[in-house]
Amino acid sequence: MNTAVLTRAEREARLEGMGCKRKRVEDIRFTQGRGNYVDDLKLPGMLFGDFVRSQYAHARIKRIDTSKAVKVPGVLAVLTAEELKGVNLAWMPTLAGDVQMVLADGKVLFQNQEIAFVVAEDRYAAADGVEAVEVEYEELPVIVDPFKSMAPDAPVLREDLAGKTSGAHGARRHHNHIFEWTAGDKAATDAAFASAEVTIKELISYHRTHPSPLETCQCVAAFDKIKGELTVYGTFQAPHVIRTVASLLSKIPEHKIHIIAPDIGGGFGNKVGAYSGYICAIVASIVTGKPVKWVEDRIENLTTTSFARDYHMTTEIAARKDGTVTGLRVHVLADHGGFDACADPSKFPAGFFAIVTGSYDFPVAHVAVDGVYTNKAPGGVAYRCSLRVTEAAYAIERGMDILAQKLGIDPAQLRLKNFIKREQFPYQSALGWEYDSGDYHTAMNKALDAVGYPALRAEQAAKREAFKRGETREVMGIGLCFFTEIVGAGPSKNCDVLGLAMFDSCEIRVHPTGSATARMGSKSQGQGHETTYAQIVASEIGIPADDIVVEEGNTDTAPYGIGTFGSRSTPVAGAAIAMASRKIRNKAQMIAAYLLEVHESDLEWDVDGFRVKGLPEKFKGMKEIVWAAYHSPPPGMEPGLEAVSYYDPPNMTYPFGAYICVMDIDVDTGVYKVRRFYALDDCGTRINPMIIEGQVHGGLTEAFAIAMGQEIRYDEIGNVVGGSFMDFFLPTAVETPKWETDYTVTPSPHHPIGAKGVGESPNVGGVPAFSNAVNDAFSFLGTTHIQMPHDHWRNWAVAQRLGLHR
Amino acid sequence: MAKTQVRMSVNGREVEALVEPRTLLIHFLREQLSLTGAHIGCDTTHCGACTVDLDGKSVKSCTLFAIQADGASITTIEGMANADGSLSALQEGFRMEHGLQCGFCTPGMIMRAHRLLKENANPSEEEIRFGISGNLCRCTGYQNIVKAIQYAAAKLSGAPAKEAAE
Repeated sequence: MNTAVLTRAEREARLEGMGCKRKRVEDIRFTQGRGNYVDDLKLPGMLFGDFVRSQYAHARIKRIDTSKAVKVPGVLAVLTAEELKGVNLAWMPTLAGDVQMVLADGKVLFQNQEIAFVVAEDRYAAADGVEAVEVEYEELPVIVDPFKSMAPDAPVLREDLAGKTSGAHGARRHHNHIFEWTAGDKAATDAAFASAEVTIKELISYHRTHPSPLETCQCVAAFDKIKGELTVYGTFQAPHVIRTVASLLSKIPEHKIHIIAPDIGGGFGNKVGAYSGYICAIVASIVTGKPVKWVEDRIENLTTTSFARDYHMTTEIAARKDGTVTGLRVHVLADHGGFDACADPSKFPAGFFAIVTGSYDFPVAHVAVDGVYTNKAPGGVAYRCSLRVTEAAYAIERGMDILAQKLGIDPAQLRLKNFIKREQFPYQSALGWEYDSGDYHTAMNKALDAVGYPALRAEQAAKREAFKRGETREVMGIGLCFFTEIVGAGPSKNCDVLGLAMFDSCEIRVHPTGSATARMGSKSQGQGHETTYAQIVASEIGIPADDIVVEEGNTDTAPYGIGTFGSRSTPVAGAAIAMASRKIRNKAQMIAAYLLEVHESDLEWDVDGFRVKGLPEKFKGMKEIVWAAYHSPPPGMEPGLEAVSYYDPPNMTYPFGAYICVMDIDVDTGVYKVRRFYALDDCGTRINPMIIEGQVHGGLTEAFAIAMGQEIRYDEIGNVVGGSFMDFFLPTAVETPKWETDYTVTPSPHHPIGAKGVGESPNVGGVPAFSNAVNDAFSFLGTTHIQMPHDHWRNWAVAQRLGLHR
Repeated sequence: MAKTQVRMSVNGREVEALVEPRTLLIHFLREQLSLTGAHIGCDTTHCGACTVDLDGKSVKSCTLFAIQADGASITTIEGMANADGSLSALQEGFRMEHGLQCGFCTPGMIMRAHRLLKENANPSEEEIRFGISGNLCRCTGYQNIVKAIQYAAAKLSGAPAKEAAE
């Protein structure tokens, strides 16, 4: 194409750079069934592994008899903790500084815990083998309720920790206590409460749920005895971290381990951690000398590999009578299950929960989080949210509504009154964060205008009167949420996993004929990185996005990265790609200066090349510059055009948004109808508006599910109730509300392209909006706080408790 | 375990194979025929990632034994592109309207939508939502899947191709 005859706008359009609703590159293969997911792999001689799992939530293992199983046709081996002890792998370290059994060592601590790993020629034979393993148990008393975990006479769950009065995060007060983590100024906060004109205090619980991507966790491990090399294909959100963990555990040197994460069918936090299935597949491959595949079924997925939330947050706000907040105090009881396997940066056992002051200018605050063991599955992953941020947003957004109700102030007005003002950014929060940028009043007012807020309140008032007169059996709720997220972990000064700084990385190679390959340390699970990263490069170095291939997930070729979770791809890897691009552009500028026989400083960047300032006809396009880099580089300059960037972010990014939900609930049936859901997001610079909108739709749908019914529940003896799609609420197209999206743009001042990240915002903001709508609907009848999830039955039960049924 | 012979037509090709009576159709398609487009997302026939077209009906191939498909005519996602290899109207619709993200539900979703449009060439939004309610998606929130199916319906009925929705 002769770019010289194109207008500037046409040249920009042809790049499909930032801001373009570029259609996705990935879709060509996915719409034809040509994706390459882990379970699609078939290696020569591949075996299949399957788990024997515990029936009980807490029991001693008296005996495991594998003798019948090994005689089952097709079964080759059965691994138990005894076999794993031989290679020192019966236990593994967790990301949270705890240890976890790979296979049950003497006892089990949660239902469906892994006891033995049967290796067979195919998945059917493996299942036959699982049936044939006999396990004898001695049941032990069970702790399901975290509030009973630290009772003086509570059974000891972790006998391996006997006598240990401190753990990875300081002192342990009780044998079932994991840590206490605090932030803020306790004395000043207590003083604010002592002198407060008004206070509220409420136990706000965020129930246990599960990310449940449509593809479960799975892997194929292939150990090559001759080379001493291990290759693992797996559903890994963080492939390099998995490589380092695999090396530390197996003692295989890191350069001889190849981790490959192919296409991933959704992650949402589920695929960050290291699970027993990965370890067992690796050991089985070493033992048998053959590739071994492990694929979770859905029940295994929901009941074992990670859970999310289970935070019980006693939330207190101090305020003046005019609604000005003067202090925030939160105590959290955090149920971590049988092992502390939370996926948080190592110095943050409660993640970034300290974002709990939200969007409001609290002069003082204090939080304390107590983590406890129970007989439930380990995990505590960030299910489509930055680490513990959705819990924090829920606590403060419910808290503000409860305060508004107590003061008789409109919840929108209370928020507007207490927002951090635009001129206060960068803003130092009472709990130690530096918010990068924000314009909350503009966003909130835009949202209120968009939904016609005063008219909605008037309608609600009329409907309440009609309800009292018996003319309707519906109550109407308006749920507001104004959230501030903290994403993009994170700066090396305070964020690490296993001692690794939480940078991310990009390597770009521009090829002689003008196309390019970008390799990343992050890993898409459906976010569309192949599409959006190329847009950043296109805008930065003037090569059309269609001529740029983005590769992720192969640790042999990609630079080391910490992976994709906690909305860190755009804030961290997206910054790395911009910085690597700029290194390339800087070299291109030197080459262009040589070609145009001017000084570098006489040149200016113009869409897809350099132009001599004041002489618009003197121009060198990138295609020509790239060729020169390989064909005739300036004297003394190395040929070639490539760059690597490892980006250590100077700060987190702080996306925000205003969400409004309008809902009607029939008090006789409990059936709710979401009449309207409006979501305004400010994620800074917008790279691909089509993909942003898609991310918001998906996150809101997950928020809807969580708030309105999705729960991993246990009965009193620790049986998982609802660990399959029979009971676990995943909304279909029929239940899912219709979403209205909107935006404002407040760029991040410290990010190279001003982007903040968006994938998790709708989950963080959506849950409080739904829950506030339900609470708002019933509040005029005397309720203060109704616990999630708000399914039809629970709504009916609320109406029943209120005596509304005739 | 003793094996049984099955014959069926898959994407227009006659296939003959030996299967265990307990072999599920999804495992037969994926592992014996290497047609890995249909996926497995649950164990309880809820998610629909394994949906294929069998004798003119949408079926969840995880809940059917391969021997039950003996003599049947099956179409999978691999048989959905146009004869010249270009994307069919539905495949194009999913791309144009951003009706997919991770791609795991997409083959099943497209197969279901294919049958839906055969049964009702011009469905309303409500009919589409009900029509695909046996297929779960964790990424998109369905809104753009509905648009993708509307895009295909319009294209197949000869309406002029419209720009992707703003």
